Amino acid sequence: MFYRESGDFKKTYRDDSQTFPIKFDRRRYYVVMAIAFLVLPWFITDYIANAVMIPFLVWAIAALGLNILVGYCGQLSLGTGGFMAVGAYATYKLMTSFPGMDMFSVVLLSGFITAFVGMIFGLPSLRIKGFYLAVATLAAQFFLVWLLNKVPWFYNYSASGQITAPERSMFGIIITGPYASPVTGYLFCLILAIGLAWVARNLTRGRLGRSWMAIRDMDIAAEIIGVNPLMAKLSAFAVSSFFVGVAGSLFFSVYLGAAEVTEAFSINVSFAVLFMVIIGGLGSIFGSFVGAAFMVLMPVLLKNILVGGLGWPTDLAAHLEFIIVGALIVIFLIVEPHGLAQMARVLKEKLRLWPFPH
Amino acid sequence: MSADFLYTLEVILNGLMAGVMYSLVALGFVLIFKASGIFNYAQGVMALFAAMTLVGIQTGQIPFAHLINAIFGTEMHHFGWQVPAFLAIILTVGVMVLFAMIVEKYILHHLVNQEPIILFMATIGLAYFMEGFGDIMWGSEIKTMDVGIPSGGSLWLEEYTLGWAAEGERYWGMYIDKLDMVATLVAVILVVSLTLFSQYTKTGRALRAVADDHQAALSVGISLRAIWVIVWSIAGFVALVAGIMWGAKSGVQFSLSLIALKALPVLMLGGFTSIPGAIIGGLIIGVGEKLFEFAIGPMIGGATENWFAYVLALMFLVFRPQGLFGEKIIERV
Repeated sequence: MFYRESGDFKKTYRDDSQTFPIKFDRRRYYVVMAIAFLVLPWFITDYIANAVMIPFLVWAIAALGLNILVGYCGQLSLGTGGFMAVGAYATYKLMTSFPGMDMFSVVLLSGFITAFVGMIFGLPSLRIKGFYLAVATLAAQFFLVWLLNKVPWFYNYSASGQITAPERSMFGIIITGPYASPVTGYLFCLILAIGLAWVARNLTRGRLGRSWMAIRDMDIAAEIIGVNPLMAKLSAFAVSSFFVGVAGSLFFSVYLGAAEVTEAFSINVSFAVLFMVIIGGLGSIFGSFVGAAFMVLMPVLLKNILVGGLGWPTDLAAHLEFIIVGALIVIFLIVEPHGLAQMARVLKEKLRLWPFPH
Repeated sequence: MSADFLYTLEVILNGLMAGVMYSLVALGFVLIFKASGIFNYAQGVMALFAAMTLVGIQTGQIPFAHLINAIFGTEMHHFGWQVPAFLAIILTVGVMVLFAMIVEKYILHHLVNQEPIILFMATIGLAYFMEGFGDIMWGSEIKTMDVGIPSGGSLWLEEYTLGWAAEGERYWGMYIDKLDMVATLVAVILVVSLTLFSQYTKTGRALRAVADDHQAALSVGISLRAIWVIVWSIAGFVALVAGIMWGAKSGVQFSLSLIALKALPVLMLGGFTSIPGAIIGGLIIGVGEKLFEFAIGPMIGGATENWFAYVLALMFLVFRPQGLFGEKIIERV
């Protein structure tokens, strides 16, 4: 009834190719933005900001990055944890070496450093495909974590081997360190997440994104029609690693505050991000956000219900969480292999016809 | 012989033994991949689950004791009996067969004709599920595996090799774990019997037919569902063997499931579709990482075993993308 194209005339090419072609979607988008920027900062408690909103945004950025690589370019990667670690340690080194630098530049620079590392580990993708590549990216995961753990220069020779985020600010507002307010951290992550989602959306519908998708759908055919596989694959690795690096940087500096590489960036992180991408939907920007929300919210909910509500021991709740996550993944794959984003698409199709489907 | 040479020899021998252990896990992967094209990430967790079940049955643990205690406020732990190792192993095999049936019925059956990545993800989900399930069923504490396999260094070998070193050098003989020797023997028996099984029995031939071409196998009357159950049962059995060996070596604990990750480079080296490849890949990785740690590890900070296998496999794949014995990848447009 209210969700349809009729009456919404597209007069220019620009109008026609916009992200939200339906008026209702556009309005909803602005409402969500307004709530996220103007309403939420006043109402969320520190607990919600720290335990739900910040991790959600950080994981969403990581999922966006991995989605570019896996969903758009079809290169399966299990090295996300390693690349996030690179982002985190780059942030740490930049924060401690250049104390005057503002946080925004630090995060972006860490992203670029990770992009460079990602390109190096993306090189084998030109020869290796499919599962073989997935296992090859494990080399990145284990090697990077080992390297960051073994070379003391990366953690400034601290005795514990930990990195701790010092206090840094942007425009005079403290963003990291013990005195930072969770709400500013939330806003900082929100700005970056929305900015990066905008970048991802426009990259993926442009020339670069089309070349990624061509490579994903059939690389030999793509090569024959003139897509350069070297450029396409390496750019996908670079862009993806940039996103993942930014996520790692925020994960360490804004969310955790202190991190130890083997704990915080283990192989489980790689799998978690891959789950977000699959559950959310391969090749969907919206899906990355939904997948991240799902994977962040579910453990918090379960913990609150089982430990807080029923008073079960925490270890039992943790085991149940494993069971539920595993079962949900399998159920999702059986019911809808294309993820939550596909469900949203189906719902939209239905809404277009509602209430008179015939 | 000089002591240095003997040390190197010892490292190589130990590497070979470690390689056999990796191969045991890799074997399960290859079996399932060949028969159903599924890259079964859950193989490592299956080994853990099998080992936990074995220990649980053997020591007479009550399944789901923690859960029952949490819900009803009871205090139960054990039935109070001990089951002999042999019987416990048979019971565990039964559990793994049951598990194979459940996986076929509730997961694979619904995912026929999906893309490989979806199936791969499903097995990761399965791995998570089993990890939590095993912990709830049998408890997450570290358990010791005792099925009567000898362990510890072999004194006989140490004394025998003591005289090999040149006079006056400090050398105490070779140290090789008895457990590793048993594992090697078991692996050899396992590979030989699997090969015989797939070459000379009717079921084995059906398995190979399915591996070759699903549709053709279906059309000559082979039941895909039955074959999948059989393959997953065999993989479960291999997982049990791997679980026993690894469990006896380092205790039955969570880290056991991580050996799946170690089996991946083995598979890449050997090729996903080759049983001999899994063995030889395992040996190469085992020897390679032990030698690297021995020769170069101390110079760059040690603990290189974490990543060496992956990097070796990565280097190798750049030159031969289908692994040593994998089927040649032919791409058509």
